[in-house]
Amino acid sequence: MTIRGKACIAGAYEHPTRKSPDKTVAQLHAECAQGALADAGLSLHDVDGYFCAGDAPGLGALSMADYMGLQCRHVDSTDTGGSSYLLHVSHAAQAIAAGKCNVALITLAGRPRSESSSGTQPRNWGQNVPDEPFELPYGVVTVNNYALVAARHMHDWGTTSEQLAWIKVAASHHAQHNPNAMLRDVVTVADVLASPMISDPLHRLDCCVVSDGGGALIVTRPEIAKSLKRPIVSVRGAGEALKGPRGGRVDLSYSAAAWSGKTAFEEAVLTPADIQYASIYDSFTITVLMQLEDLGFCKKGEGGRFVADGNLISGVGKLPFNTDGGGLCNNHPSNRGGMTKVIEAVRQLRNEAHPQVQVKNCGIALAQGMGGQLGSRHGSATLILERQ
Amino acid sequence: MTTPYQERAFSEPVVYPDNEVLWQSASKGILMLKCCKSCNEFHWYPRPVCPLCGSSNTFWSQASGKGVVYSVSVTRRAGPIPFALAYITLDEGVTMMSNIVDCDLDTLQIGDKVEVVFKSSPAGQAVPMFRPAQPHT
Repeated sequence: MTIRGKACIAGAYEHPTRKSPDKTVAQLHAECAQGALADAGLSLHDVDGYFCAGDAPGLGALSMADYMGLQCRHVDSTDTGGSSYLLHVSHAAQAIAAGKCNVALITLAGRPRSESSSGTQPRNWGQNVPDEPFELPYGVVTVNNYALVAARHMHDWGTTSEQLAWIKVAASHHAQHNPNAMLRDVVTVADVLASPMISDPLHRLDCCVVSDGGGALIVTRPEIAKSLKRPIVSVRGAGEALKGPRGGRVDLSYSAAAWSGKTAFEEAVLTPADIQYASIYDSFTITVLMQLEDLGFCKKGEGGRFVADGNLISGVGKLPFNTDGGGLCNNHPSNRGGMTKVIEAVRQLRNEAHPQVQVKNCGIALAQGMGGQLGSRHGSATLILERQ
Repeated sequence: MTTPYQERAFSEPVVYPDNEVLWQSASKGILMLKCCKSCNEFHWYPRPVCPLCGSSNTFWSQASGKGVVYSVSVTRRAGPIPFALAYITLDEGVTMMSNIVDCDLDTLQIGDKVEVVFKSSPAGQAVPMFRPAQPHT
């Protein structure tokens, strides 16, 4: 069974907040749900499927469905870190195709900025984590885990810090047009290289922001989407994959995006050359570079040359990416950037991105998420979306 | 630029029933690996069930303690003391996360030969780390 053409994204909402010390995480989830339902022209009582991940407080879906007053006949709280929400779109499409629900709500929210979370702190994965004794004593946090991938890429392919910096430069060109973005100043390659070195070879400006906020999506069957007043954005293909150190066979030369991307392109019956806009998870600049290579936008090892000289800037380069400013400049709610990747792809396909960054006649877009930690255990999810 | 290694108060390793042997051996200056009798392969980190073939027929084996740097990043701004996070590929073929110590961290490169040393956690648990291979070894 394919999900191609079986489901549409009918509602999308990005919370405008970037700092919310006075709101609870549950409240932010509920406000995002309201926003997405209003965008779709649906109500809470239309929702019969609910999807959330590890950012949902308490017992996850159980706590949040009750908090929001949902009556669901289908639930899925799969957690693959920041990529969860792209995977939820795929799972929602599967559930809709199987007749398990008609209107699926996906929510994400969190307050890492108010709670002083940072990518230079150890992540707390809870108790009984099998790998923890063999990683935490060595001071692994988020940034140095990704830095190991960047260091190896530079060693294998001659990738430079200047090339990685171009990814941040492109994001900043887009963020200047987003009034909600945390960082709206356009930066140069020199600015990135002059920012403090956090973990070799990643500078501060190679890292995403830490923000409060959230987002929500409504996925529904095409018949319902067509009855609503919004442009139709159809799910054309999806893929998901997990990759880890595999018993000590560590290979940082590729990510799980190589597998999730292949699956998604095969289902969509498309190739990277067909993609007019790409949302690419950008926890760090290296995250973008690895996924672009692994999805096939360029050959392995050529990512550095591919992203240089503004090739990711809308209206300038060949592959406009993250036109909201992405995680590098706009926001990264709950330290999980997958939701906002889908939202900006939906905006592009609806022709509702900022006019300065809108891709002309955008008919096919890709959204790519990467959760967990790129240098060890990570989950990748790829979505290919189409405007009908 | 030089970044001399400094002792760092690192997190205590959690001792589980399935990794106790490793920590007891570490306190004697020995690095132990798990090997599988069914597929004849080493794996890391140690598990009772082989992650390569699914067999429960695993046993402990002493590692040579020698390896090569697969990747390394000097972490400069995650706490007061810079340190080198690395992946080390052991001569036995498995790659493990670790720290590289007892050297100028700025001189470290991928491909460097290293050897195991043991550093004490704040609670006194010996933890395997690596230093540049010494000429006599």
